[in-house]
Amino acid sequence: MEQFSPIKRSKDGQAVRYLIVDDSVFARKNLARIIESFGGEIAGEAGDGMTAITEYERAKPDIVLMDITMPQMEGIESAEKIVQQNPDARIVMVSSVGYQENIVAALQRGARHFVQKPVKPEVLYEVIKYVLGEDGVVAAAAGAGA
Amino acid sequence: MKMELIQPFINAADAVLSQGLNSPMEIGNLTMDKDAYRLKGVAAMIELTGDIEGRVIFDASPTTAAKIASHIAGTELPETDSLVREAVCELANQVIGNAVATLNDQGFHFRVHPPHLHTSEHGPKITGDTEALVLCFETSSGSVFMNIALRYGGSAANSVSA
Repeated sequence: MEQFSPIKRSKDGQAVRYLIVDDSVFARKNLARIIESFGGEIAGEAGDGMTAITEYERAKPDIVLMDITMPQMEGIESAEKIVQQNPDARIVMVSSVGYQENIVAALQRGARHFVQKPVKPEVLYEVIKYVLGEDGVVAAAAGAGA
Repeated sequence: MKMELIQPFINAADAVLSQGLNSPMEIGNLTMDKDAYRLKGVAAMIELTGDIEGRVIFDASPTTAAKIASHIAGTELPETDSLVREAVCELANQVIGNAVATLNDQGFHFRVHPPHLHTSEHGPKITGDTEALVLCFETSSGSVFMNIALRYGGSAANSVSA
């Protein structure tokens, strides 16, 4: 997999911490692999919207990557509840069901961005930089400038 | 079944499989099937309800499924690995989700239900649909089959037949 220049937290230079929420174990592993290629750290995983809420409170990640169609509680509802409790939460919806109504609903209920599955790493990378804004910084890739 | 319902699924399968496998795929056989569907190996079935109703089965032999899952995961997975079955479900989710997004933006409203996993050992036949379109996609990892049985439902059936 392509390696990207690591995205770090600008406040302390540490790796950006992610919570991955998806009911598919395969999708979570795939996303984790992409995140690691960005120099990110997996702070937690959840397989449904309910667990995502408790995992968010436990891990306090910098970014949440949230699927939409999940059992028990769907992603948009979960995102809304997380943002109600944590207005600064940065949630990126990651779903194959990317039609206009769904995207608008997700953004209106607190998500910061939407990425269509199958995830293109280069697209997600740009979205992460955008969502982090000044709280993220792209570090020089390992070996660069040597 | 009208082509306007089928085309988004073909386009979505093309996009998802080509990207996942990093190589182009070709559409092979296209047949109508009136009999109960006999699974090829590892299959995920997704049901749709609403303006469009029916089901789509995404199916591959265990060997092909393992090759596809291994390619996407970036590591060799044996046919028996549960991640192989998970991969087929996730691919089905992505293909059907992308197709649904296109159809929804065209004004069709419906619900996608979570995928059910079937394997040829546990459920060799799927019945309940009178006619299905079976598409075969030739990928670099082998043949992937998509069995589509959809019809207009509810208000869409009335407006289409009007």
